[in-house]
Amino acid sequence: MLYRENGQFKTSYRADQQIFPIRQDRLFIGLLLALAFVVVPGLAPEYLLRAVLIPFLILSLAALGLNILVGYCGQISLGSGAFMAVGAYAAYNFQVRIEGMPLLLSLLLGGVCSTVVGVLFGMPSLRIRGLYLAVATLAAQFFIDWAFLRIKWFTNDSASGSVSVSGLQVFGLPLETPVQKYLFCLALVGVFALLAKNLVRGAIGREWMAIRDMDVAAAVIGIRPVHAKLTAFAVSSFLVGVAGALWGFVHLGAWEPAAFSIDRSFQLLFMVIIGGLGSIMGSFFGAAFIVVLPILLNQVPGWFGLPLSTATAAHLEYMIFGALIVGFLIAEPHGLARLWSTAKEKLRLWPFPH
Amino acid sequence: MGFFLETLFGGLMAGMLYALIALGFVLIFKASGVFNFAQGAMVLFAALAMARFSEWIPQWLGLESRLLGNLLAFLAAMAVMVALAWLIQTLVLGRLVNQEGVTLLMATLGITYFLDGFGQTLFGSDIYKIDVGMPKDPVILAEDTFPGGILLSQEDLLAALVAAALVALLALFFQKTAIGRALRAVADDHQAAQSIGIPLGRIWIIVWSVAGFVALVAGIVWGSKLGVQFSLSLVALKALPVVILGGLTSVPGAIVGGLLIGMGEKLSEVYLGPLLGGGIEIWFAYVLALLFLLVRPQGLFGEKIIDRV
Repeated sequence: MLYRENGQFKTSYRADQQIFPIRQDRLFIGLLLALAFVVVPGLAPEYLLRAVLIPFLILSLAALGLNILVGYCGQISLGSGAFMAVGAYAAYNFQVRIEGMPLLLSLLLGGVCSTVVGVLFGMPSLRIRGLYLAVATLAAQFFIDWAFLRIKWFTNDSASGSVSVSGLQVFGLPLETPVQKYLFCLALVGVFALLAKNLVRGAIGREWMAIRDMDVAAAVIGIRPVHAKLTAFAVSSFLVGVAGALWGFVHLGAWEPAAFSIDRSFQLLFMVIIGGLGSIMGSFFGAAFIVVLPILLNQVPGWFGLPLSTATAAHLEYMIFGALIVGFLIAEPHGLARLWSTAKEKLRLWPFPH
Repeated sequence: MGFFLETLFGGLMAGMLYALIALGFVLIFKASGVFNFAQGAMVLFAALAMARFSEWIPQWLGLESRLLGNLLAFLAAMAVMVALAWLIQTLVLGRLVNQEGVTLLMATLGITYFLDGFGQTLFGSDIYKIDVGMPKDPVILAEDTFPGGILLSQEDLLAALVAAALVALLALFFQKTAIGRALRAVADDHQAAQSIGIPLGRIWIIVWSVAGFVALVAGIVWGSKLGVQFSLSLVALKALPVVILGGLTSVPGAIVGGLLIGMGEKLSEVYLGPLLGGGIEIWFAYVLALLFLLVRPQGLFGEKIIDRV
């Protein structure tokens, strides 16, 4: 009913291959974007922007990056927190050391540095895969954590590796209030999501998926595994690096290496699994879920008069995450994104199920 | 020289403990092909259970004897680990049969998180101590040869002995008992084992129980040394590079890998650390394992069945 498509004919390849071929989808996305860009900044309270929406957007971007690696190319990585850290600290160094460096450029350069490091640590994937690669990426995580804590040059000689940025400006506009920060993140994430969507729809995305599904067969039909894997590592760590820079600059303002510890890596992996492996949309669902759940756990029991202690809430959060990971892997390996598309399928036929 | 040997022995002792945790990984990987990320969480869980039961059981029963209390606590904790093995098999692994290794790895990550939260909800999240009467005083060796002698902690020595005994026990179990033979059969070929009537589900429960037992022993040894708290699960992360180095399917590999990493870690911290700014213990094991992977992906003693890319 809601999604009935009859009468929507496509007469050209162009029309057939657009991102949202169905009119209702286009409408929905358009409305969603209008809501996000126009309505939310006007109405949302500062707390909502600062504690929910900005982290959600930035972590979505990071999850998007990781999803390209894990979901699309099938290379499991437990080091994404480290790549976020590289992005953040590299952007900080560009910002501090070069006079008059535009913010946007230093964020992107942060991403570029993260790309280089990502490709470097992606090299082992040419020799090893699966479980072994997971351990190799853990090596990246531990080593990079240590490097930012101990090598003073990276942190501009600050003690304990903590750095801070202030007086952010983009194209002469200040980036101070939560609304401005929110809009900046939204615009960036929107652009990158569109780019990522088009990448995975195109030739390179097909290569990644072929490598993921069966690398030997992919090699036989002429896909270069080295090229495909390293581009996946590159694109993935670029997005993760930009997200890390945003996390440091826009969300935290001042940070230390612990902000990008191994817990962050696991958190990102969980977003990807819960949201949906191999789905752009899923990255957003996963991020939303993981950002909102702890807040709900802290708030909701209080409304029913059963306030949880912070420790209990934290333990409960662990248990729920763990159970959900296992649950999703068993029941719906494609995560929330698949549930969403199933719902859309149902809406196409509604109210007649056959 | 004395200092060097002291560092070396200290490293070897620590390595023995890493090996103890790594053993759990190897057992499970050998018998079910699951890379069990949750082994560290199991160590923490077992240690928490042991610490709390050894406190609670004497209270409930009004026991005086510490030995009996500890013994009962050990049995209770072991029962908990067997129940856990059964739950993991029934609820998780039984439903993920025939999935790819990576999916199973992620499932054990989920189990890790669940166990971390569950253990602390059940048993509390303070620092607890396990007192099984490990001697605390250090001994001094070879006083005549080196000035000052070599300082060794008796606790570490005892831990190493326990680890060695455990390995011997496991070797006997695998080689001499019917269950051990069944386990080896399953490890070689699931389907063939199943077709001659070896019940896969039950075998996996046994393997996870044995891994739980190893985790319990590791937990007790570490716990009585450092106290039981959340950071114990971080120690367990050290066991990952150990198994990579030693080979995923080799019990001796876990031991040798553990010794090598423990030794390398302490020596590099002492001798390289000052040059690099210290704290390199955190990543040394991982970077060593990573470099090693590039040269010999199957590890020191692993079987050469790893699929090259």
